[in-house]
Amino acid sequence: MAEPLLSVRDLVVEFPTRRGTLRALDRVSFDIAEGEVLGMVGESGAGKSITGAAIIGLIEPPGRIAGGEIRLRGERVDNLRPEAMRRIRGRRIGMVFQDPLTSLNPLYTVAEQITETIRTHLSVSEKEARERAIALLDQVGIPAARRRIDDYPHHFSGGMRQRVVIALALAAEPELVIADEPTTALDVSVQAQIIDVMKEICASRGAAVMLITHDMGVIAETADRVAVLYAGRLAEIGPVRDVVQAAEHPYTSGLMGSIPTLTQTADRLTQIPGAMPRLNAIPTGCAFNPRCPKVFDRCRTERPEPQPRPGGRQVACHLYSAEAAAGATHG
Amino acid sequence: MAEPLIEVEGLSRYFDISKPWLNRVLEREGKSWLTAVSDVSFTINRGETFALVGESGSGKSTIAKMIVGLLEPSAGEIRFDGRPMTGTSGATMRSLRRRFQMIFQDPFASLNPRWHVGDIIAEPMRTFGMARGGETRREVGRLLDLVGLSAADAGRFPHEFSGGQRQRIAIARALSSRPEFIVCDEPTSALDVSVQAQILNLMRDLQDEFDLTYLFISHDLSVVRHMANRIGVLYLGRLAEVADGKRLFTEPRHPYSRMLLDAVPDLEMSGRRRKRVEGEIPNPIDPPSGCTFHPRCPLANDRCKREEPRPMDSGTGGAVACFAVEEGRG
Amino acid sequence: MSNPDNIPKPESGPDSAPMAAPPIGATQMHARPSALARVWDSDLAYSFRTSPVALVSGIVALLIVLAAVFAPWIAPHNPFNPATLNLMNGFTPPMEPNAFTGETFLLGTDDQGRDVLSTILYGARISLFVGFSAVLFAMVLGITLGLIAGYRGGWVDGLLMRVADVQLTFPSILLALLIFGVARGFIPPAYRETMAIWVLIVAIGLSEWVQYARVVRGAAMVEKNKEYVQAARVIGVHPVRIVARHILPNVMGPVLVIATIGLALAIIAEATLSFLGVGVPPTQPSLGTLIRIGQGFLFSGEWWILAFPAVTLLALALSVNLLGDWLRDALNPRLR
Repeated sequence: MAEPLLSVRDLVVEFPTRRGTLRALDRVSFDIAEGEVLGMVGESGAGKSITGAAIIGLIEPPGRIAGGEIRLRGERVDNLRPEAMRRIRGRRIGMVFQDPLTSLNPLYTVAEQITETIRTHLSVSEKEARERAIALLDQVGIPAARRRIDDYPHHFSGGMRQRVVIALALAAEPELVIADEPTTALDVSVQAQIIDVMKEICASRGAAVMLITHDMGVIAETADRVAVLYAGRLAEIGPVRDVVQAAEHPYTSGLMGSIPTLTQTADRLTQIPGAMPRLNAIPTGCAFNPRCPKVFDRCRTERPEPQPRPGGRQVACHLYSAEAAAGATHG
Repeated sequence: MAEPLIEVEGLSRYFDISKPWLNRVLEREGKSWLTAVSDVSFTINRGETFALVGESGSGKSTIAKMIVGLLEPSAGEIRFDGRPMTGTSGATMRSLRRRFQMIFQDPFASLNPRWHVGDIIAEPMRTFGMARGGETRREVGRLLDLVGLSAADAGRFPHEFSGGQRQRIAIARALSSRPEFIVCDEPTSALDVSVQAQILNLMRDLQDEFDLTYLFISHDLSVVRHMANRIGVLYLGRLAEVADGKRLFTEPRHPYSRMLLDAVPDLEMSGRRRKRVEGEIPNPIDPPSGCTFHPRCPLANDRCKREEPRPMDSGTGGAVACFAVEEGRG
Repeated sequence: MSNPDNIPKPESGPDSAPMAAPPIGATQMHARPSALARVWDSDLAYSFRTSPVALVSGIVALLIVLAAVFAPWIAPHNPFNPATLNLMNGFTPPMEPNAFTGETFLLGTDDQGRDVLSTILYGARISLFVGFSAVLFAMVLGITLGLIAGYRGGWVDGLLMRVADVQLTFPSILLALLIFGVARGFIPPAYRETMAIWVLIVAIGLSEWVQYARVVRGAAMVEKNKEYVQAARVIGVHPVRIVARHILPNVMGPVLVIATIGLALAIIAEATLSFLGVGVPPTQPSLGTLIRIGQGFLFSGEWWILAFPAVTLLALALSVNLLGDWLRDALNPRLR
């Protein structure tokens, strides 16, 4: 198998507080292949945004990467000095955040911001950079891009702004785009447009995408593979169709059952009792065990490690480890 | 059987968004108004869940606020159980107020952070003089139990609870005056999906148990489909379509309803090829002429640009405000 | 795994965590700590404990306040009782026996033979009394007007805030002087002496209310749009009750910060006025009065009459101010 574009191994992110150290991410491992769209889902506090922040080296102090490694094309990026990391951000990893206003500087025109990014990272002339910027804006679906490029961000509507952000993220032709809830702040009808644009432009430029969202629907429409996080740990990762339609981890299947859909017929939604534990009260063993309908003794004492499953899927659940198969039947 | 509890007729609300007086004089500008809600009429029957869906600027929250009396309507009338709510005050209004309640979107903002949970839940009871002393405490305990918390939680503060638990507390507060009608303004949009399922299930159980009538406001079509008996689709402050619950999803009539449905991500991965959604919501300060949806509508013609369509009965209890449907172009 | 009869499961409560695993969610089932333990464990208390500046200023301020409160019991002399005064003790330097009486005074004596330490203790008492009272007055006035302006809005808000704007264009000490002068004009001469301290409190309080009103107005405008206030409005809770029971407790954080810094300002304002000779009467000298009296002797070599009251004032104002700064940072983590 070819070397993955991004490889995250046993990543641990900790936040020291005066009441003890909180583990926001606990030994998370996954790969992103070249040109692949990896969805990252989980509830608030599961650690999905922190995973993205760790990859681009933007974890807010006092939080820190306390273990594991992150490799971009085999080269470690988790221990780089800040200025080396700055060169990678923007050039090799592009970013799209939830609120387009935080990614755009209100004092500069769109043209200035995009050409600056292009010229910082690529050696092209001013004129060439501008032409590229116009082509990019055109590609993300901004009508009359040649005319609108000299507008300021506040001249654009919310959906158009997010398109500009996507153009900006792709300006330096990065290999990977990390999109953190890129559609959450947008209206339903605009959300669909932005998903389409992201999918198309990243595919046409061969950029891989790590799509962080709480919305399973967005993942189902966009991602090739999906990783499900729970309480800072990886519960399940695999091809999106398998995970969405036949989840193996009890948390994933509970999560899927709790989403109302346009075709369901049941009167009641499946619900997982309880709530995700706070980081300072993660139960021993499997973090999901107090809420799990299939819990058995081993779940309460021993943390399950991700098990390879058929179809390139991995599931961190004792139900799928060979020795426990017998125990599971009376769970 | 279909006995109306809430009747809304010709409801409108304008907001004055003019610059300060001095600026207006200096810049020779007149007053400017934003039409948040324009001529909206609907009926909510006793025991049903009526949903209003719409995107930002659709006026759904403004309608909710007018119904519970947080905002005065600029025009139109709201009747509760046959009695007009606009212009009513004093003891009559007080007796009406007891019968309706509201659940808000943000469970972190809807509970006073300085109050004990018990006092928060008891406030409606105390305001309407429905219980005192030990009776209040017992009643609070019963309500907490009802929403899946424990009576001991009454002595805690809101910050000790998770988002879902807080929404349960808000529901307990809403139930404490034993209302018949509850306005739910995006009650689950701030919650995670697994918690959303718990809250939606709880709301349905409570509806069955207490024969509640809900006005359910949401931007999420799948949630609305799950909860509502009838649905009103709002676009820029106007009611585009009113339809029977499931029918909106099987036979959407208004082009905007169809577009909204097309925009819902396909979780079933049926491979359904979505129609491209066009355009964005116009600025409500300066809405398009005629039918406000015409710039985004695939069926629009000249008439749509000039005239504003009125809701027309579409049979089976629904109504559609669209010339294309009227003329059979859709 | 779906169960149609599934009763909504509580997220807390004894039945959600039947195993040894810790309960889910926010609530823990172990006994609730006592109120004192909770205060000690709070983030504010922790921030206080771990901030050297806050700790030192807290101790200094507390010592001065305690010494002032208990002045009648701990002061070696009563400087206001002429019977215990001995003019022969005048100008005794600190820690030196008096040439005539042989008495020794820790911080020396003034021209009338009053023990400087005792005058400082009694003076701080008056300074603090005026300071606290003025802050209380400004706070009550400012909070009330701020709540009305913020909650009511409209022309009431416009009017109150314009008044505040006008007042802010004057230096507050000038304003206090003006109010003090005008108020004295209304008081019959016989009562001037006894009323002086109250006039002073009102003058300082009136010159400081604007800050409270502005901050409270801003906070009230934010709070009134929050959903918990709307929830109260939906059930028709009376506006006065909404303001008092819902909004007021939630705007007190920033008020506390201004009140602390305001206390330092009020103490300095009182000292300034007294130094200028328009404050408290010399029969009841405050720290400011003592400094005014002392400066007359500075160049004749009796430095201690000025120096010790001045150092006390400095220590008091500085420590209270630093406490205020700490409180602001501790309550507002984003500013750090």
